[in-house]
Amino acid sequence: MYGNDFPGPDQGPTAGLLGEVEAAEAALRDAARRDLQAGRGAAPDPAGADEATLHDYFTSVIAADQKIEPRDWMPDSYRKTLIRQIAQHAHSEIIGMQPEGNWISRAPSLKRKAILLAKVQDEAGHGLYLYAAAETLGISRDELVEMLIEGRQKYSSIFNYPTLSWADVGAIGWLVDGAAIVNQVPLCRCSYGPYARAMIRVCKEESFHQRQGFEILHVLAHGTPAQKAMAQDSVDRWWYPSLAMFGPPDTDSAHTAQSMAWKIKRFSNDELRQRFVDMCVQQADVLGLTLPDPDLRWNDDRQAHDYTQPDYAELMRVIKGEGPCNRDRIAHRRRAHADGAWVRDAAAAYAAKQAERQEERKVAA
Amino acid sequence: MKPTVDHVLAIADDALITAQRLGEWYAAAPEMEEDVALANIALDQLGAARLLLTYAGELEGAGRDEDALAFLRDDREFRNCLLVELPDADFAVTIVKLLFLSAWQLPLYAALAEGDDERLAAIGAKARKESAYHLDHSSQWTIRLGDGTEESHRRVQAAVDELWPYAHELFAADPAAPVDPAGLRDAWLSTVEGVLAEATLRRPADGWGPAGGRTGVHTEHLSYLLAEMQVLHRAHPGATW
Repeated sequence: MYGNDFPGPDQGPTAGLLGEVEAAEAALRDAARRDLQAGRGAAPDPAGADEATLHDYFTSVIAADQKIEPRDWMPDSYRKTLIRQIAQHAHSEIIGMQPEGNWISRAPSLKRKAILLAKVQDEAGHGLYLYAAAETLGISRDELVEMLIEGRQKYSSIFNYPTLSWADVGAIGWLVDGAAIVNQVPLCRCSYGPYARAMIRVCKEESFHQRQGFEILHVLAHGTPAQKAMAQDSVDRWWYPSLAMFGPPDTDSAHTAQSMAWKIKRFSNDELRQRFVDMCVQQADVLGLTLPDPDLRWNDDRQAHDYTQPDYAELMRVIKGEGPCNRDRIAHRRRAHADGAWVRDAAAAYAAKQAERQEERKVAA
Repeated sequence: MKPTVDHVLAIADDALITAQRLGEWYAAAPEMEEDVALANIALDQLGAARLLLTYAGELEGAGRDEDALAFLRDDREFRNCLLVELPDADFAVTIVKLLFLSAWQLPLYAALAEGDDERLAAIGAKARKESAYHLDHSSQWTIRLGDGTEESHRRVQAAVDELWPYAHELFAADPAAPVDPAGLRDAWLSTVEGVLAEATLRRPADGWGPAGGRTGVHTEHLSYLLAEMQVLHRAHPGATW
């Protein structure tokens, strides 16, 4: 805790979502217990059984809401989908350090600097955690990092937008982390055990970050006229890119149906986007800031807000590499990787020497 | 006897400027694990700086809090040693700076923890545990780099040679201080020489010893660092964040 006084832990903007994370965690523990009791003894031997039998078993585990674990047989396409999704998620954490890190040196108070440093540190930790989850699927972190640097794998489109003011650090916390949580909370129940467990931990910390972002904006919105203008400008710039984080509309989403059948995804892009909009409207009201959508209004029939869709053509351009910061973000990552090569080489050489010395000592003894 | 404001500012500013330099490494470390570690150390240093600055402000009694002291002093009023404000040309420089600093901070904080001034004792007790971790981390990396490849050996030796003269300032006598820095030199030398030996590195000869940080006469680097650190705070006088 960093002395935040707004709002209390139980009434935070993501309190409801955190309740779902808790429930998912309890369900995960139950599933593990059920697993032990039932012994899951009927699992066919991957070496002996034919593919149809293996596939039936895989489907039955998913239907029973139990977890697929690294040792289990899984269809190649399930494995590939998960590698793509978890890697993209890990890359997003790593690239996502850049837009916020951009303000570490200029944070306007020491308390804010400490909170921001802690947050960027958390993101590196999330990246490591997710790469480890991806590695359980039989790919190495080095391969994944290579693919990121070469542009063969994506990261979240949102990190290709620049942080132009201190308020952007608040808006990223409130809107970007808020959207990430709405997206990720259902993943706490996803069918692949290591990913579900990673998401529980990530969601708890992200929700803390979201609260901190909300608090930054709250202070700005209630500060001097210049601070309030800074906050509003920031929300104006980040609102639609945040809505676009949920991906293309359901009608254009390539992976949705299969991912839902596999229980990797639980809700469609549009369902999650709607949930996010409904959540933000109330919070913007508390902040005293305006969401930049003149057509945003409550629809009594739908019991949800009507809103203007983000510009999906822009989303596609950004995903293709033509957003404002795509080149900078990747260039920065490449440079860090290249500049650090001599350090990684040194660590490897030293470890090899140590192993050799230990071997010599053993022989001598 | 209460410590002087200048003395508390000196150790506070060492920690603050170190945190600022380490913060520049975000998303640029050689390994993701190192991104985590450097941010972690930056946070520890910043945490110690905040406690010390707050105390310095109270001793001064002019109503300046940690932010007034961090963001509204000019470089001539900063009391940090020159070592910590030097730019981090590469990872070896960062590691050697941290080795030299933490091998000094650890015995300093440990002695403060046992001292008469309650506030400094409490801060020292907290910070010594963190310093022990910083010293371990920087020692391990110095050894890995020194005893790694030819290239890493060359770079870390260059960093040691370049930074060694700046370490002298850490031990300038201050008899009025609760812990006179002059008395820390033996402990420091024994730690650092041990690490250098294990790292197969040459200990430079003592000689030139640039100083001035403790009286506010800095290198040309500090003013740029402060310009960046203070720009936003100074642009909005009186605002809260």
